[in-house]
Amino acid sequence: MATHFKIDGLKAEIEGKEILKGLSLEIKGGEIHAIMGPNGTGKSTLASALMGHPKYEVTDGSVELNGEDVLEMAVDERARAGLFLAMQYPSEIAGVTNSDFLRSAINARREEGNEISLIKFIRQMEGKMKELEMNPEFAHRYLNEGFSGGEKKRNEILQMLLLDPSIVILDEIDSGLDIDALKIVANGVNTMRSEDRGFLIITHYQRLLNYIKPDFVHVMMQGRIVKSGGPELAERLENEGYDWVKEELGIVDETVGQEA
Amino acid sequence: MTTQTILPIDRETLAALSQNNNEPAWLSALRLEALELAGQLELPIVEKQKISRWNLDTYGTYTKSPAIQSVNELPESLQSLVKLEENSSVLVQRNSSVVFQQLSAELAAKGVIFTDLQTAIEKHADLVQKYLFQAVKKDENRLAALHTAIWNGGVFVYVPKNVEVDLPLQAVLMADDANATFAPHVLLIADSNSRVTYVDNYLSTDAIGVDQVVHNGVVEVFVNAGANVRFASVHHLNATNVTYRRAVVENDGRIEWIIGEMHNGNAVSETMSVLKGNGSSSDMKVICTGTNDQKLSITTKAVHFGKSSDSQMFTRAVMRDQASAIINGITKIEKGATKANGEQTEKVLMLSPKARGDANPILLIDEDDVTAGHAASVGQVNPEQVYYLMSRGISKQDAERLIIHGFLAPVISEIPLENVQDQLRSLTERKLGQ
Repeated sequence: MATHFKIDGLKAEIEGKEILKGLSLEIKGGEIHAIMGPNGTGKSTLASALMGHPKYEVTDGSVELNGEDVLEMAVDERARAGLFLAMQYPSEIAGVTNSDFLRSAINARREEGNEISLIKFIRQMEGKMKELEMNPEFAHRYLNEGFSGGEKKRNEILQMLLLDPSIVILDEIDSGLDIDALKIVANGVNTMRSEDRGFLIITHYQRLLNYIKPDFVHVMMQGRIVKSGGPELAERLENEGYDWVKEELGIVDETVGQEA
Repeated sequence: MTTQTILPIDRETLAALSQNNNEPAWLSALRLEALELAGQLELPIVEKQKISRWNLDTYGTYTKSPAIQSVNELPESLQSLVKLEENSSVLVQRNSSVVFQQLSAELAAKGVIFTDLQTAIEKHADLVQKYLFQAVKKDENRLAALHTAIWNGGVFVYVPKNVEVDLPLQAVLMADDANATFAPHVLLIADSNSRVTYVDNYLSTDAIGVDQVVHNGVVEVFVNAGANVRFASVHHLNATNVTYRRAVVENDGRIEWIIGEMHNGNAVSETMSVLKGNGSSSDMKVICTGTNDQKLSITTKAVHFGKSSDSQMFTRAVMRDQASAIINGITKIEKGATKANGEQTEKVLMLSPKARGDANPILLIDEDDVTAGHAASVGQVNPEQVYYLMSRGISKQDAERLIIHGFLAPVISEIPLENVQDQLRSLTERKLGQ
């Protein structure tokens, strides 16, 4: 079945503060959507709420993946249904090696008794690590522990490559990356482009979009999408900033849920 | 005496037992003297655990188990622990006596001694007498005195000067008789510039009544100048467990302790390094698990006398159900131990709302020219970590299991024998699995 991801009127709050104020977006297989916007406009909240972070409470709206109610699912069920979030700040977990973690994640998608063989797993992992120009030693390091910002981001992309999701959300994957790392990460994403996979790329900067060409660009302010367009919108934002959008829409403060 | 202490054995029986075992006069005298002390001394002071309410009186009687010819005669649960090959060195104590021992010919030729302590007293009396009960003293408290009086079986290791032992020496000490005293004493002497790794397992079977027999054991390690000792020990007993481990480290010597306190019963354990020599060092890694209504007091301690001595302590405990653990880390630096350094970390992970864990880092420093540090934390499984693992499709239960194993991994991975590592992993799984 063709991938179809539908967010409708999503509202979410953290610690009683409403951050998402009715956000709607539809992503089909093969499409790349970019969400841009200044700091504090609710972009990362959107990513966390979609994945089901325990601190965020969805108060209204719906999210469907191929007709299934995502909001009814626990975090692990969402992942197994095909949702993947490359996080802005991935957790560090001491004592759990990257390879043990990856194997557990792959096996979580397989029936008991049908686990991936160790040899096959290692071959897959090493192959993908090579594509991302990761030092093979990272397989045996503890999960994200002592990784630099850029290494963590590559590790997120490695997981994406191995888990083969149908909807990929990249939350500020470009922050903290130098240009070479950015190209590698973008290349990893581009190899994953396919008719049955949709992408949602959250970013501050147009820079990343030079390497990953989006089909749709959305601007987020005050907890909702305020403007949508094609790739040309990203370029204009890069050249002219966000002020013209605010002016056009009569927005004075674009942020949401910030302390005065 | 103001309080009447009921002793597990009377003077006449103890004297007769010592005589039956052909023990030398000095040892018989020591046992009897210690028995008298046991009647006079108080229980050790154990912070925040009322050990006077524990079962500390059931010792059974000395019961000699018949020797066995091969490890196959042992209960199955033990066999997986011992991989006996021609060049392995293995010793097995069952209840009150040692029933099996093998020392590789190569080590024997180098002068290494690895035998039960009772045999060592017969054959190497001078050596044993010089060290026995010099690190843990008979008059420290009632339990130490009682151990001195009734110890049995036991392990004796001597590594001569400049000898390096490559393969670990292994001991298995087991209790499976509800009427037998189980009080092994381990004495390990590493002479100057020698190197040795020793691994042991203490365990009891599920035989009826064995969970009532108190284990009261002592470990003494002497690390002479420039020697290096790795001492790994996993305890998995169903009964009350009392263990004092102590190492005395001379100039430039090094002791590494790797300890798994995986009991099912209440336990008091103290692992201590006395850094006597200049440049001596100690590294302690301890893990501990508690379930049901277990009460645990786990102490690590380093006492610095030597200049430029170094101690590292690392304790991790996981508690569930109503289990409670008091984790003490004590770094004591004496006056004159200049340039000493002591670092310690205690971490407790609690899996149930009623579980309790106290981490108490204690620094006692009488010298100015030193460095010392401590860190302690008590908490639950980090929800951010669980979320991260779950976001990759891993179930909540598996996510927590991975995190708990990861929490204990830094110690488990240090165990020098692979099959003992595996055992420790499966013990963790069994004790902490949901």
